[in-house]
Amino acid sequence: MKRFLGFVKKEFLHIFRDYRTLIILFGIPAAQILLFGYVVSTDIKNAGVAFLDLSKDEITQKISDNICSSGFFNRTDNLLAYNDIDKILKKGKTKAVIVFPKNFGGDLINEGKAILSIIADGSEPNTATLVTNYLTAIITDANREMTGLSPGITSIIQPEVKMFYNPALKGHFMFVPGVITLILILICALMTSVTITREKEFGTMEVLLVSPLRPVQIILGKVMPYFILSFINVILILLLSWLVFGLPVKGSIILLLGESMLYILMSLSLGILISTVSSTMQQAIFISLVGMMLPTILLSGFIFPIENMPQIYNWISSVLPPRYFIVIIKNIMIKGTGFMYIWKETLILTVMAAVFIGLSIRNFRIRLG
Amino acid sequence: MRTIFYLIRKEFIQIFRNKFIGRAIFAVPIVQMLILVPAVTFEIKNVDVCIIDNDLTPESRGLISQLEGSTFFKLKSATFSEEEANTLLHKGKCDLILHIPAGFGKDLVSGYTGKIMASINAINASTAQLTWAYLNGVLRDYNFNIITENININPIKPGNQIQIINRYWYNEMLNYKYYMLPGILGILVTAIGFLLAGLNLVREKEIGTIEQINVTPVRKHQFIIAKMVPFLIIGLIDLAAGMVLGKLAFNIPFEGSIALLFLCSAIFLAAVLGLALFISTFSGTQQQFMFIAFFFMIIFILMSGIFTPLESMPGWAQKLDIINPVAYLMRINRMVMLKGSTIHDISRDIYSLIIIAIIFVILAVRRYRKTA
Repeated sequence: MKRFLGFVKKEFLHIFRDYRTLIILFGIPAAQILLFGYVVSTDIKNAGVAFLDLSKDEITQKISDNICSSGFFNRTDNLLAYNDIDKILKKGKTKAVIVFPKNFGGDLINEGKAILSIIADGSEPNTATLVTNYLTAIITDANREMTGLSPGITSIIQPEVKMFYNPALKGHFMFVPGVITLILILICALMTSVTITREKEFGTMEVLLVSPLRPVQIILGKVMPYFILSFINVILILLLSWLVFGLPVKGSIILLLGESMLYILMSLSLGILISTVSSTMQQAIFISLVGMMLPTILLSGFIFPIENMPQIYNWISSVLPPRYFIVIIKNIMIKGTGFMYIWKETLILTVMAAVFIGLSIRNFRIRLG
Repeated sequence: MRTIFYLIRKEFIQIFRNKFIGRAIFAVPIVQMLILVPAVTFEIKNVDVCIIDNDLTPESRGLISQLEGSTFFKLKSATFSEEEANTLLHKGKCDLILHIPAGFGKDLVSGYTGKIMASINAINASTAQLTWAYLNGVLRDYNFNIITENININPIKPGNQIQIINRYWYNEMLNYKYYMLPGILGILVTAIGFLLAGLNLVREKEIGTIEQINVTPVRKHQFIIAKMVPFLIIGLIDLAAGMVLGKLAFNIPFEGSIALLFLCSAIFLAAVLGLALFISTFSGTQQQFMFIAFFFMIIFILMSGIFTPLESMPGWAQKLDIINPVAYLMRINRMVMLKGSTIHDISRDIYSLIIIAIIFVILAVRRYRKTA
């Protein structure tokens, strides 16, 4: 035991000696939480629209004014001919062009009906859908205003909506769990895999292996400091998201910390597994960063809901641990549910951790080369 | 010139000596691209609905069948207790609870407004908004049916109508694959070049082999260029392979000039590799480099506009994007591939990329010291 503690101390000294890595270790989560909170959003704000007004009457004037003063859209240009539409969309700043055909206002007043078209840039499908939805709503409102009908009169069903868990519809509720999940798995897997392959690559592993320490002790000693550091990281992220975004933990904080420990353990054992199959640090880094980053971001339900993907991705993503942790974290933090709701996910993560550890023990070689 | 050539050859030999890296460089981006591109979509295919129908009249059933008819909503469960419905929402078994209270049908028939309650799981705010919008669409249709059926009960003079026609150019069907492929491909190429080039230099430092180069008459710029070129070539090959496969697997349209796209990608890679080498000149260990690289890459990617529109970022973040090479690449890739933008349309982005590339490469050359 004393030997083991001495070894853990050595590992801590290794980490603290490299203060730059340590700064980054705590800087990354902080910077990313802040960035996500303020930067990443899918709302429409100041999207560029252009107008092709072939009618030029009071009504088209009124509609375009309403669009530009809504706060969602900026007028980028007034076009003169159909050919200009392609040109301006190709420049990329304009997301949609609103075309009023000739005699639009006249038709609307005399015949009670007029047609206008919205030409949106479909190369960004999500923005295109949002922009056309917003524009349609603004134009419909403008029309109502002009004809003097109050908005409620045409509808005889009045829906009342309650946005559960996130009444203000903030994006933070989605990304804080995602960031914790992403950062923990990448950092834990990276750090452990690199620190073990480093000893291999430099040949110092040999020194450790001939020491009286048992292989299990070596691995545990390597992993222990990172376990503690990652756990501090979790607390830091939770504190930040609470202080900066006012996102409290609704459920039991002890349960959340316990689940985080399980997830960290799982990520660390994944790191050990990676280190047993790679001979150089480059290889370990390649597997844990290039191999895992995009699948974790895209297939875990972090940004894109898994339900919307084709069925096969439901199966593919079911082998990705982050998927389960995101569910756990959302349940505890945002929905405030208890262990009864997440025991399945917890069980899956436990099994995964066990499998990774088992595989690593099988792959671990006492002799080099 | 010959020196650079020999150095480049040395780098290639070194890269491909590690069998795993040699294969992974080509296999990983292509496999990931093929798997990830079809997965990514913001489109909502089905929202699971739980119905609480306390009314049980023809009117309430009419509304429910209207909802069933919509492709977005899938009736998962029906119950009479609010509590049970809330449990389902908690468990994630449904995302929308539609509560039709008793008296709904009577109100409608007697010309009053019928009230219903919708509870939406709003953890994902954008999904919640879309769900709400679709639900409103269903209600609007239902309203319209009732009004036309019972025109004498509830006489309304329809106002002037504006009919709106939506057209989506460059991507009529709003196919997300067209949108994601150029983006994901760009990111994979970035990740590989950025990581491997930087690691390569730091590794020489860490193992000490850099001393052997330092004592030769190889000039600083020769050394840096020789470190850059192999990854530039690998990146372009990856890009070409990815595009050919994208065309074969997803039938991605290619409107613009291929040469222009490769020119831009080459400039972009020069910028990214320059930055990687610059960072590696002041990292002592591969671990250090990797963390800094990870930090930059996540920020570059998330601020590049690959998943979210750049316009929705706050002003200061948009200004910061001036030095984000990935943001330029995303824009250029999509504009050239999908819209067929010409060199004229994207000239400003190209100039900015060139300036960034020159700055990063010069920084890397200057920062690299031959004396330890």
